Amino acid sequence: MTISLLLLVIFILVALGYTIGRTRAVKRFRSAERERRPHSLPRYYGYLVALYTLIPALVVIVLWGLLESSVLTSMVSRQLPEDIQSLPEGQLKLVINDIKNLAVGNISSSNSDPIRMEAADHFSGLLSKSRWAKGIIAIAAALLGMFFGLRSIAPETRARILVEKAIMIFLIACSSLAILTTVGIVFSVLFESLRFFGKVPFSEFAFGLHWSPQTAIRADQVGSSGSFGAVPIFAGTLLISVIAMLVAVPFGLMSAIYLAEYASPSMRSWAKPLLEILAGIPTVVYGFFAALTMAPMIRGIGESIGLTVASESALAAGLVMGIMIIPFVSSLSDDVITAVPQAMRDGSLGLGATKSETIKKVVIPAALPGIVGGVLLAVSRAIGETMIVVMAAGLAANLTINPLEAVTTVTVQIVTLLTGDQAFDSPKTLAAFALGLMLFVTTLILNIIALRTVRKYREQYE
Amino acid sequence: MNDSSTEADTEKLVSMNIDQDIPHEQTVEEIVASLGDTVGQTRVDNPKMSCTDVNVFYADKQAIFGVDLDIADNEVISMIGPSGCGKSTLLRCLNRMNDTIPICKVTGDLTLDGENIYGKNTDPVLLRARVGMVFQKPNPFPKSIYENVAYGPRLHGLSRNKADLDDIVVTSLKKAGIYNEVKDRLDQPGTGLSGGQQQRLCIARTIACSPEVILMDEPCSALDPIATAKIEELIDELRENYSIAIVTHSMQQAARVSQRTAYFHLGKLVEVGGTDDIFTNPKHELTENYITGRFG
Repeated sequence: MTISLLLLVIFILVALGYTIGRTRAVKRFRSAERERRPHSLPRYYGYLVALYTLIPALVVIVLWGLLESSVLTSMVSRQLPEDIQSLPEGQLKLVINDIKNLAVGNISSSNSDPIRMEAADHFSGLLSKSRWAKGIIAIAAALLGMFFGLRSIAPETRARILVEKAIMIFLIACSSLAILTTVGIVFSVLFESLRFFGKVPFSEFAFGLHWSPQTAIRADQVGSSGSFGAVPIFAGTLLISVIAMLVAVPFGLMSAIYLAEYASPSMRSWAKPLLEILAGIPTVVYGFFAALTMAPMIRGIGESIGLTVASESALAAGLVMGIMIIPFVSSLSDDVITAVPQAMRDGSLGLGATKSETIKKVVIPAALPGIVGGVLLAVSRAIGETMIVVMAAGLAANLTINPLEAVTTVTVQIVTLLTGDQAFDSPKTLAAFALGLMLFVTTLILNIIALRTVRKYREQYE
Repeated sequence: MNDSSTEADTEKLVSMNIDQDIPHEQTVEEIVASLGDTVGQTRVDNPKMSCTDVNVFYADKQAIFGVDLDIADNEVISMIGPSGCGKSTLLRCLNRMNDTIPICKVTGDLTLDGENIYGKNTDPVLLRARVGMVFQKPNPFPKSIYENVAYGPRLHGLSRNKADLDDIVVTSLKKAGIYNEVKDRLDQPGTGLSGGQQQRLCIARTIACSPEVILMDEPCSALDPIATAKIEELIDELRENYSIAIVTHSMQQAARVSQRTAYFHLGKLVEVGGTDDIFTNPKHELTENYITGRFG
């Protein structure tokens, strides 16, 4: 019995449960006298029966799915001959994998010896039995649930409250999905990072000035000992982000002020969406704009005035990233500037301030916390941005503050480390997780600060 | 400026001014025509500001119809009337705050010391320094109490040095009768004060620009009776140095603080005269109905 067929059967049962429950409730209560009026409307009893049907079946399916594999594996391995069972754990796993592959039909392994073939037959037999058993038990659970559900239809049953509670639990489960995923990501990154810090001391990672993650693949290789000082790449990230913010904050803020305070409604109605389209351009497009247009242009200009400019300069990547971030800053700032009460502007204008004085001395200071929040969100966006810097910034981990040189960023390094050819537990690959963790912590802190400032701002006028 | 809200405000103003209290068979123009000429003395001997045949339009709807009115030196004149009668609109014309509403158009003569305030050479920014305004809802800036008061003098360069500015701030706060309550916390935010204190702070802020006329748009409507009493006392003291025009919904307040009262109806100045006369012996039927509480 396949899983889709099983689910179909269960949903039919659920629908049936709803219909029967509802009809029965209608019949039951039609004749009831005043004191024994039901607690809820008939349809809630229908929902209740449907839930009673659905939940046990789902529980059975989920539990079965969790336990099936390990139970079957242990059953199969007990059938294996002594000499295989006594193999070390790693090899035993390989054998069992072989058997499973044979059973499913993925003949990849050449060792199709009779013992394994036999075990595979045994395994596939068990598997199909287990699937049937799962289907039957799940349907039985559904029917049993429906039976109890139908029996519970009585005036005293507070069906509406129970159904509302079930809906609430469902919503809680949905909202915890995102949170749990975040927590899961954090922990997986954290554990891999701990493995990395087992091989490379944290102090070297955090304070080392030299980044050269090439480690020897074979013992006899020379010249690539690997050094994991993350300072240069964080400095590179910082440099590019600073350049980006130097572009994005003034331009974003000025355009927000224009849109919020000066632009006529008709101007605003097309300029604002147009500006926000900038945010919709895929970053990879910005990336090749930076690499193919911006970088050569900056190089040309730099050389014409006698400067040495790297072909993948931090300046090019930073400028383009800044342009990408303008809509973030302007859109968020525009919102907070618009939220400043008109009474503030009236008060200032009424004292004889000009429009620009009012904006400079009253509107912007009042909106400042919100603007700062928006800028911080933009900063964390800049730090985490990958595609533009992969394409336009270099790979060389220079420790420099000269924007005309090539630098590399954390995100670029993560991409290169993980697309390498080394074993997954080498320090080189694990370094990516450590970098990811640092990046995550940095942006998390920035986001927390940003959200707090924005919230503080909100409280001010409410 | 927030254009959408301005638009909405304007719409509200327009509908308030035009759509209310109109019997279906008559247009506003007909009703206004039927009101006849303004009853009472619109002119005074020593006018500070004067309006002659002022009309105000929001887009093509007329909100004020041919108003003639003087505001004398050192007097408090109160403007009363039902909601949407145009009293706030007229007040906002007196320091050109209506300029911030794009669709608003003003015709007629408005003068300050004989100078046309809507003239080509008049700068609304300088005008507003001379004709200060206190708003319905206290609107201190989210700055310290000191900075709130120092805002105007700084803008207009009224002080030569810090000591000068300190002096202006303290004097203004004293004149607004709030100095004793805030003297120990001038560096605290003005938004942390109570509603009545905030409103007096706003008055201090206006005084600090050394205006000649102060316009007050329902300054007590958001305050409790005790705070209101303090503001009224203050208005009475301020009369010595300033001309004050106050829009109010409270007839008792008009009677308590003002020397002259103007009654507006549907954008028309119906009757104006000494406050005592108006309240004891109204000449126009509508004025009588309003002050005796028959409508409004």
